[in-house]
Amino acid sequence: MRHILSLLLENEAGALSRVSGLFSARAYNIESLTVAPTEDPTISRMTVVTSGSDQIVEQIGKQLNKLVDVIKVVDLNEYRHIERELMLIKLTAQKEDRDEAKRMVEIFRGRIIDVTENTYTIEMTGTGEKLDAFIEALDDSMILEVVRSGVSGISRGDKAIQS
Amino acid sequence: MAKKKEILRGAEIFCRALEDEGIKHLFGYPGGAVLHIYDALYKQDAIEHILVRHEQGATHAADGYARATGKPGVVLVTSGPGATNAVTGIATAFMDSIPLVVFTGQVATHMIGNDAFQEVDSIGITRPCVKHNFLVKDVKDLAATIKKAFYVATSGRPGPVVVDIPKDITADSCEYEYPQEVEMRSYRPVVKGHPGQIKKAAKLLLSAKKPMIYSGGGVLLSEASTELTEFSRLLGYPITNTLMGLGAFPATDKQFVGMLGMHGTYEANMGMHHCDVLIAIGARFDDRVTGDLEKFCPYAKIIQIDVDPSSIAKNVPVDVPIVGDVKHVLTDLISTLKNEKDKPDANALKEWWNQINEWKALDCLKFDRTTDVIKPQYVVEKLWELTKGDAFVTSDVGQHQMWAAQFYPFDKPRRWINSGGLGTMGFGLPAAMGVKLAYPDETVACISGEASLVMCIQELSTCLQYNTPIKILSLNNRYMGMVRQWQEFFYSSRYSHSYMEALPDFVKMAESYGHVGMRIEKSSDVEGAIKEALALKDRTVLMDFVTDQTENVYPMIAAGKGHHEMHLSSDVDRELA
Repeated sequence: MRHILSLLLENEAGALSRVSGLFSARAYNIESLTVAPTEDPTISRMTVVTSGSDQIVEQIGKQLNKLVDVIKVVDLNEYRHIERELMLIKLTAQKEDRDEAKRMVEIFRGRIIDVTENTYTIEMTGTGEKLDAFIEALDDSMILEVVRSGVSGISRGDKAIQS
Repeated sequence: MAKKKEILRGAEIFCRALEDEGIKHLFGYPGGAVLHIYDALYKQDAIEHILVRHEQGATHAADGYARATGKPGVVLVTSGPGATNAVTGIATAFMDSIPLVVFTGQVATHMIGNDAFQEVDSIGITRPCVKHNFLVKDVKDLAATIKKAFYVATSGRPGPVVVDIPKDITADSCEYEYPQEVEMRSYRPVVKGHPGQIKKAAKLLLSAKKPMIYSGGGVLLSEASTELTEFSRLLGYPITNTLMGLGAFPATDKQFVGMLGMHGTYEANMGMHHCDVLIAIGARFDDRVTGDLEKFCPYAKIIQIDVDPSSIAKNVPVDVPIVGDVKHVLTDLISTLKNEKDKPDANALKEWWNQINEWKALDCLKFDRTTDVIKPQYVVEKLWELTKGDAFVTSDVGQHQMWAAQFYPFDKPRRWINSGGLGTMGFGLPAAMGVKLAYPDETVACISGEASLVMCIQELSTCLQYNTPIKILSLNNRYMGMVRQWQEFFYSSRYSHSYMEALPDFVKMAESYGHVGMRIEKSSDVEGAIKEALALKDRTVLMDFVTDQTENVYPMIAAGKGHHEMHLSSDVDRELA
């Protein structure tokens, strides 16, 4: 089963490689991993999407917790939560295609953030599924470049993950 | 008035920090990146530096020192090859949770990443086999980092910590102050066990009809042998130890059923298979212990005590997990048990012991005592007799290691020193050297084989230089014995590259290093030789025992088999068949 793990870790050189090294060394799945500093510049927040049996995901959580740089690990699957991913996508959009592309972007609530005579660059956020759906809805030959951030997740309601 | 702080160079801070940490011995080997440190070491006398002959030897010696004393072992090596040579020893310590602090020199900060001479990414290379590692980027961080390194290495589940120090940091200066305390928001090991869980464990233990106590290296690391012994005696339940846990409970006690696992005793493994309640104490359900997980303890409810949550239920589901330091948890468990109204079921226990004693009567460790050719088991047994079971014994890896574990019953903790997890050949000799430095007045023996022994043989020089008179018992069967055994069993006796051709003359080798060499070829000479070697109190002695080439380690659980599917010996197997 797919799980979203949220981590707080020391914003130190090498902390990221400790986490990614753990996943490869122990042959755990890793679907995506995002990381950036929080409002406290000494702490980074990481979201890891992984999959495995309950037993494996429990082990992943324990192994992550064991890393000396990791302050906290939360399995967001245990909470009501929101997940979002950012995608930047560059499409060929020439004369007759431009209107169609624009309509598609509106339907999916994306934004065109750069325009040339031949291309649109689009920003879109949503769940991974929504971004997949947008890509599928496009003609393959239009797609020049896709950049996805990987999933960021946060719990709903008053609950907050703090160090 | 506040004391004015001294301004020291990084190299001096290194020495002072070790001194303030109470470190007496430093195992190391110099090189370009650590020359400032070596110069500072030259000017002080608080720390004795032990010059090894290979960095692997330094880590193993520090590791042996740590295993015997419970204090952290400390290593200093240079950058590049110094660091990479140390990696095997670091990984060895990591697998057995041994506290080491390994300092690696690094090229100067501004050179890092430039493929400089003797540059290697020590942090990257060691990351998967350390508990944690640090790169020091500012001399102002050096003292605090050293403090943290010792704290992390020795607390919680211990392990090796690497501190990588660029050369310019050792030349820079700053005010020196060694922190008294460490506070790390990301690292807070649990000590006390959850009282509710302990209560549950007590109830489950008292409900048992066929209980087993299975304890491992964690008991030794937690200095909890006294508590384990009290706990076991309180209940009167059979107890087995893992290879790493030998000595935590007196092996000559009648409650002890021997080591378990691949080469464990019949009674220990059968006890595991048939038990209804199992308590695992500081043991991690290693594959060499469990055999096939599908067949592991099929009837048992399992309690597990471990300081490392990730060790709990990693391989085997657990009914009552208790996270905490073994010593604390056992103390609480003992008092909880004493307060319970229920007592162990005496009748059930009597029946269970009858069954265990029946298994015991099979005498699974018997071997042929009538031969003139030396049986390796006999050598170990004689060593045990002649040292009154009270020596520190290190070993390398292979058949001799198993025979040492089977035939030298350890009654005290921290006497049995071997590479259990990583299985590192070459460990025994440098480890024995480290133990002897810690305990100069104790008998320290290294049980080895001719294949393992030569892997770190260069440390015989170190033994001479620092006067560490150890007794090496090499069980020389002219084979990599355990490889040969597996090839005999599983590869139709095709002995592919397991034969040690062109062996050196070990007697001359010992002599050339300035030690005493002996070659023993007959069973009847074994006792005399060991006596003679032990009498040479101030000399390192290498005893080259020419042993039976075909002897195998029994009992044995083959890969994919369960505890109840042991091979006992070729003879007994035939009888039972």
